[in-house]
Amino acid sequence: MKSSSAWKPAATLETLRLRARLLAAIREFFATRGVLEVDTPVLSHAASTDPQLHSFTTHYSGPDAPDGAPLFLHTSPEFPMKRLLAAGSGPIYQIGKVFRNGECGRWHNPEFTLLEWYRPGFDHHALMDEVEALVTGLLDSGLKQPAASERLSYGALFLRHTGIDPHTASAADLRECARAHGVGEVPGLTLDERDAWLDLLLTHTVIPCMEPQRLYFVYDYPASQAALARIRPPSPGQACALAERFELFINGIELANGFHELADSAEQRRRFERDNARRQTQGLPTMPLDEPLLAALDHGLPPCAGVALGVDRLLMLAAGAGTISETLAFPFDRA
Amino acid sequence: MATFSTNEFKSGLKVMLDNDPCAIVENEFVKPGKGQAFNRVKIRNLKTGRVIERTFKSGDTMEGADIIDTAMQYLYTDGQFWHFMVPDTFEQHIADSNAVADAKKWLKEQDVCTVTLWNGQPLFVTPPNFVTLRVTDTDPGLRGDTSGGGGKPATLETGAVVRVPLFIEVGELLKVDTRTGEYVSRVKE
Repeated sequence: MKSSSAWKPAATLETLRLRARLLAAIREFFATRGVLEVDTPVLSHAASTDPQLHSFTTHYSGPDAPDGAPLFLHTSPEFPMKRLLAAGSGPIYQIGKVFRNGECGRWHNPEFTLLEWYRPGFDHHALMDEVEALVTGLLDSGLKQPAASERLSYGALFLRHTGIDPHTASAADLRECARAHGVGEVPGLTLDERDAWLDLLLTHTVIPCMEPQRLYFVYDYPASQAALARIRPPSPGQACALAERFELFINGIELANGFHELADSAEQRRRFERDNARRQTQGLPTMPLDEPLLAALDHGLPPCAGVALGVDRLLMLAAGAGTISETLAFPFDRA
Repeated sequence: MATFSTNEFKSGLKVMLDNDPCAIVENEFVKPGKGQAFNRVKIRNLKTGRVIERTFKSGDTMEGADIIDTAMQYLYTDGQFWHFMVPDTFEQHIADSNAVADAKKWLKEQDVCTVTLWNGQPLFVTPPNFVTLRVTDTDPGLRGDTSGGGGKPATLETGAVVRVPLFIEVGELLKVDTRTGEYVSRVKE
């Protein structure tokens, strides 16, 4: 440890009390709406295949595993929660720790608190309404009230702040656009990585243009960034299919990510396998597919929307903190 | 030279960028939840002093720069170059006017400076934080005025001009902070 005060919490006691009040308010919000709190395992035999997410791995040895078994710390509780939905749970939520290797910085801690919830019968627009009700309610109660809320598509957002259509522009167009906006060269970023160029423009150009103290709900992402969202075929007059996914941004922070959930088991398996193929080309380990999830989708997932919200980041906003460390009793460097 | 991955980036790390030696000033991890991770880095070019921003894909690397800070005694200038010596080894180094830059007005023979070497060549020179220099020119002193209010310019033996209290006279030794260029005190001989 660097200094003799490193045993002390990084967050003030006042912030820790605010954290407790925030958690209580979240539970109250869902209790009044009849959403059931659930608790699913942190350790799993399967893991997220997303090439951009890196699971911590550990090892179990003992009864039922004489030769030992690898286990993964979950990056979100999505898979077991969907199994509960398929089993008829109705609307559910969970507050818990999730783990992401390689993520540490001003907005990131390798373990963090995620609020995740699922609403059978909702699409992503109906769920955005509920996210807005929750977030404005929480930030309103004695805290910083966001000035306003805006809802716009990913395409409209990009057009507004970069002048480019993110659905039709080529990787070379996106690189040119990044140059024109002063982002400059990014060594090692090739034109094969179109989505990474979109991420670059989003983080370096689009998000910094957002007005402070304003909720931005951004929806209908490129199909290539669908993750676990449904893909909607192009309607007449539209150029391409879109992912029914949304994110919430406020003060430059990505606060929540939601999907109108993919329920097609065959399509889900194809996406997992495509992720693993990408992992192989990138030299990343492939991940065991979550077969119980696929079996649950086979059985039938009710049409639903789900969203994950970073509780520590919400606390950052409520407490006016500049770094995630200020909201954690013991951030990574003190853990 | 070693290479450093973005995971090793931190303030003060010396790296090569566009063939120039640089120091990392700030390193920020930026990652959309479901997207590509980047490191957004502020870097100071050690030749020009300019700070620029560069973005790297997380996991990419930069080549390290061979930069060493060495304590050296300033010997003399021949008008074109400034000559320094490592006291222990008597090894001598020659710095040009780009390297001494603003430090030159504080350089007094025998003083020990920090010479920053890049690939063994002086890149820049940092004078001692405090130097003691003699006043060679200033307006006549006002006897009895020790308030320190007001002040006047004084030229020192190295050519530096600093603001001094009114009571300072030609020939006196002064202690000066080279980081701010401000007068600190008189020094008894």
